[in-house]
Amino acid sequence: MSAADPLVEVRDLEMHFPLTRGVIFQRQYGAVRAVDGISFSVARGETFGIVGESGCGKSTTGRLIMRLLEPTAGQLFFEGEEITHHGRRQLSTLRRDAQMVFQDPYSSLNPRKTVGSIIAEPFIIHREARDAEERRKEVRELMDRVGLNPEHYNRYPHQFSGGQRQRIGVARAIALKPKLLVADEPVSALDVSIQAQIINLLQDLQSELGLTLIFIAHDLSVVRHMCDRIAVMYLGKIAELAESERCFAQPRHPYTGALLASVPVPDPALAAAGRRPVLKGDVPSPSAPPPGCRFHTRCPKAQSLCAQEEPPLRELPGGSFAACHFPLGD
Amino acid sequence: MSALLAVQDLKVSFDTEDGVVHAVEGISYEVKPGKTLGIVGESGSGKTVGTLTIMGLTRAANTQISGKAIFDGEDLLSATEQQMRAIRGDEIAMIFQDPLSSLHPFFTIGSQLVEAIQVHNKVSKAAARTRSAELLTMVGLSDARDRLNRYPHEFSGGMRQRVMIAMALANEPRLLIADEPTTALDVTVQAQILELIADLQAQTGTAMIIITHDLGVVAEVADEIAVMYAGRIVEQASATELFANPQHPYTQGLLASIPRLDRDRTAGLDPIAGRPPSLIAPPSGCAFHPRCPRAFDRCSADLPPLERAAAGSEHLVACLLSPEERSVKR
Repeated sequence: MSAADPLVEVRDLEMHFPLTRGVIFQRQYGAVRAVDGISFSVARGETFGIVGESGCGKSTTGRLIMRLLEPTAGQLFFEGEEITHHGRRQLSTLRRDAQMVFQDPYSSLNPRKTVGSIIAEPFIIHREARDAEERRKEVRELMDRVGLNPEHYNRYPHQFSGGQRQRIGVARAIALKPKLLVADEPVSALDVSIQAQIINLLQDLQSELGLTLIFIAHDLSVVRHMCDRIAVMYLGKIAELAESERCFAQPRHPYTGALLASVPVPDPALAAAGRRPVLKGDVPSPSAPPPGCRFHTRCPKAQSLCAQEEPPLRELPGGSFAACHFPLGD
Repeated sequence: MSALLAVQDLKVSFDTEDGVVHAVEGISYEVKPGKTLGIVGESGSGKTVGTLTIMGLTRAANTQISGKAIFDGEDLLSATEQQMRAIRGDEIAMIFQDPLSSLHPFFTIGSQLVEAIQVHNKVSKAAARTRSAELLTMVGLSDARDRLNRYPHEFSGGMRQRVMIAMALANEPRLLIADEPTTALDVTVQAQILELIADLQAQTGTAMIIITHDLGVVAEVADEIAVMYAGRIVEQASATELFANPQHPYTQGLLASIPRLDRDRTAGLDPIAGRPPSLIAPPSGCAFHPRCPRAFDRCSADLPPLERAAAGSEHLVACLLSPEERSVKR
């Protein structure tokens, strides 16, 4: 599970958001266990995918790695240094070396700033390219690099389409040549024909800049296309962790299997060939997760043991890791 | 089999401050009883505006509508608002994308279902409640009687969409229009809802129009598919035929630009260059020509009509390339 030269390492990471009652005298009566003890590491240059349905904790995991949130337990390492509880000043290296691309290209760009000044912002914050002329040159190069016309330097975000705005977000993220890029659903707000453009851009940039990419998405086809390894999350836990190809060819956790079976395939012949086994019910609330294996309430293979004992994430023959008492294909 | 709904040369445009938006530019299609027509397109292709107009939901001072929509022998476009009120929710029902904003948050599920029934039928409240409970059971919600007293916020996204489906089916419509019915849902829930829609359609024999941007979804549910681009239908064929033998370069481009679980992971994506056109000043000739890899000089001058792809074929395509040129794989 641990990579040879990890850029990011996460150990038993937990993020519990308190649920409180009362305005002045706040009492905590529970917690949303958004991320509930996950461990993995991401090697340099790797593309690591985190997939899951809404509420599984995938975005929270991304924000924890970026240290936009402070974890409630566990440890977080960046380039071997523990940064779990670092303060603002100590985080300055991380703030430069790790950048994020957000889902919504509309709300993640300041509408009152020109594209040029949005992309130049990282240089100003981190006191690089101090000379205005030099900065402008850098910004133009970046715009050109991500496929925007550098002449549009003085335009405002509303003058761009969704796909172009996402390119602006990417340009801003790679401005300081970061080591890590966390992309949280970077294509899900885009039209189908535009998604492929952004996916290809991210892949090109990655090989060019040697980026490590953490790719968070709910779309399994996109994740499979992008990622070397994948963590499938369910209710704050990792259900399965495996190499992309293996995870899709031979899913070991019943949840992964069900997710794969639920994806509609654009081929009527395949769709007609087999009505898929559909999971019943909804994802339970992360503030009161089921005891034992969290998936047992919806699992087609669940047995009595599953409701009592939580299965640990363990390595299975073949190299996949799955948190299941009765993995598929055993 | 005669058509339940026949749309003929429907055109819709909106006067706006920026100019006239040509949302729909002359589309014609038929929906047969018990069959499902899928309308696919990206944002701004006119797929939603077309059906909203048929339902009489775009009538406003700044809207120009022309063409015909013959439903059961009567033209819906020239029907009065009063006649439309009698048809909407009774003969033709609609399911919208966002189940949260299409349910009223202040009223219980029960009262909203009862209202939907009583608007069109002279029945007592008690009878309408009994019918509501039956409907909820039919869409797969347990404890239907108890659920009637609950508010929309107490339901998950998938459950709300089930309620919307129950409401749409309340008066046994002959035509159901589903506009992106599963886009807001998680993939496992999407699979549940798609299966539910298919089952209910088989039971009730309702005809359906499903509007979506997701080629996978449409492949699963539709019998016939129309692909829209910039307000026009550019290709129309049976689902099997369309996916096996796409003729229009746009359809081919769409299929090549999505990562697919049933394909090799390392196969690169082939995005469509550029972005969807402006509907205020659409390109001359074929609206797709600026993005088309195979455009030649005539494409920017002549508007291709929607014609049979080959003599006697039911496959329609609007492209100036010859049939041989079209079927050449890039």
